[in-house]
Amino acid sequence: MKLYEYEAKDIFRKNGLRVPDGIAVTEPAQGLAFLEAHKPAVLKTQVLTGGRGKAGGILFSDNAKDFSEKIERLKKLPIKGMLPRGILIEEKLDVRQEMYMSCTISRSTAEILFMFSLTGGVEIESVAENNPEAIRKLSINVLDGMKPSQIEALVAKTGLEKKIAAQVCEAALALYRIFTEYRCQIAEINPLVVTGDGTVVAGDAKMEIFDEAAKLHPEYFKEDLTCTPLEKRARAMDLGYVELSGNVGVIGNGAGLNMATLDIISFYGAKPANFLEVSGRTYGKAEDAVGIVVSNPNVKVVFGNFFGCISRCDVIAEGLAAAHTKGSIRMPMVIAMRGTGAKEGLETLKKAGITEIYEDDIEAGRRVAELLKEAK
Amino acid sequence: MSILINGKSSVMISGLTGREGTYHAKLMMDLGTRIVCGVTPGKGGIEHLGVPVYNTVREAMAKHDIDACGVFVPARVAAAAVEESVEAGVPLIVAVTEGICPHDAMRFISLARRRGVRVLGPNTPGLLTPGEAKIGVLASDFVKKGPVGVVSRSGTLTVEICYYLQKNGYGQSSVVGIGGDMMVGTTFLDIYKLFEQDGETEKIVVVGEIGGTMEEDLAAYISKTGLKKKTAAFIAGRSAPEGKRLGHAGAIIEGRMGTAQSKIEAFAKAGVPVAEVPWSIAELL
Repeated sequence: MKLYEYEAKDIFRKNGLRVPDGIAVTEPAQGLAFLEAHKPAVLKTQVLTGGRGKAGGILFSDNAKDFSEKIERLKKLPIKGMLPRGILIEEKLDVRQEMYMSCTISRSTAEILFMFSLTGGVEIESVAENNPEAIRKLSINVLDGMKPSQIEALVAKTGLEKKIAAQVCEAALALYRIFTEYRCQIAEINPLVVTGDGTVVAGDAKMEIFDEAAKLHPEYFKEDLTCTPLEKRARAMDLGYVELSGNVGVIGNGAGLNMATLDIISFYGAKPANFLEVSGRTYGKAEDAVGIVVSNPNVKVVFGNFFGCISRCDVIAEGLAAAHTKGSIRMPMVIAMRGTGAKEGLETLKKAGITEIYEDDIEAGRRVAELLKEAK
Repeated sequence: MSILINGKSSVMISGLTGREGTYHAKLMMDLGTRIVCGVTPGKGGIEHLGVPVYNTVREAMAKHDIDACGVFVPARVAAAAVEESVEAGVPLIVAVTEGICPHDAMRFISLARRRGVRVLGPNTPGLLTPGEAKIGVLASDFVKKGPVGVVSRSGTLTVEICYYLQKNGYGQSSVVGIGGDMMVGTTFLDIYKLFEQDGETEKIVVVGEIGGTMEEDLAAYISKTGLKKKTAAFIAGRSAPEGKRLGHAGAIIEGRMGTAQSKIEAFAKAGVPVAEVPWSIAELL
């Protein structure tokens, strides 16, 4: 679950991390008083994606008329296809230096990875590419936590002047605390700004909370705007559906077998239109699942590939048969079934008049490719 | 011989009295697994499936020698259940539960390392030694005793691979699922080393998938130490796009990290052939 910049900065502020004065608005009138007190101000569009600066999503203003126009313009400006939730109005910082700081998870060590660089902002990617040693790293075990002495030693090595180094250490400890308390996948400050008068301020704020912990923070819940309508429909039914760009509709049980099914389709020279996993919890919903798959207008052939384990093939077959009998599948459908309940399942499919049925996925995969050619 | 469990292992089930725990414990018992007790807070003192139930892991450990614990409790209490077993010193904890926050997993994985015990998972289908025992949810109808050690991240795909191995005459020494989450307590490398040392395992099959670097880490180890046993791999998700999570929380390509291509190349360098489709893995052994 991603947070908007203004949400993350709110959390930063509450946890002692310095952020610019600011106010999030949806209408120009809400920001006029702030503008009066802080001109010139920065207008930052609030979207859950990067690259908004380049796309024209950050503007400056110093008078009411211009301000209102620009807010209205930003409200209508999509960034990578997404319209903003609102506009964050902030005081314009006197930037002396842009640094970088983040906490992420390291999958391979099962520890928290803290990173800090004296060079940040838009430069961070080129630093990572050309001068990776300039990014200082600290791997932190959650049982020990981040120790002030550790972070002080790391910052001391950068040669920052004392007054600024002390503020960077404070920011690092606060960011770590936020990262663990909010159960984040990432918490990043880029740029971490040093102002003309030597104050360290979080210029931007990026936070993503693990979905597994989203329930702990219902106030930040938001619909995933990157979901397609079909993905949204599937999610409401608790089905793991991901839309892809091909034309073979896929349904199967288990994440691993589903991924392999996509690979099998590619192996035979075709392209999958989706990933759809029915699991131990959802295998009774095969009828709904196939309904979603065939709702994608690109789908020319459906390939159901099932290995009954916890999910029983006989139950899945009943769902598929029901969808077939009701006439909701208007394209050829190939089914492969083996494992628990497969014998009964294949019988059910046959009785329902489904003809393209196989035990394993070698023949079934080949047949899918053939039918696709015929359909074209 | 086999790895991690056999017919003599004493197994405890955390969440034995629950719906999932009961269903799978029965299947485990049918296969011959020695389940000696269960733990469900508040249900201590009763008997379930013919074995005693305790309130806490410590009470159970006081009465039984426990070799392994299967955790089948819901996600919101699973981390606490795993931690309880880790702290009590259960040598092998199989965390089947899906949906544990990686922050909790980091904690119990770190605790387990310090305590010197092993956590398999979370979100693991568990492990199985044909004809002897299993902990978890792997279907046992398509495995039989044999010389191939199988290690995998997924459940259903593991069974699919075993099905094709069996069609080609290969049985398994042990089958181990390490789990589909972002962060797991036991890696491909950990299990691979156990198979290398196991006298009964002659060949090894690794079933990886996109996301993370566990496959690359294993390939680097094989490159460095040399191939001691014939090994073949399958990597699921060759055709997956970047940034889309395909079912497993861990199955996601982030930037240049975790692509199938990187894993396939790493295995090729290590002398491990990678099958394009599940059914061709037997030919590579």
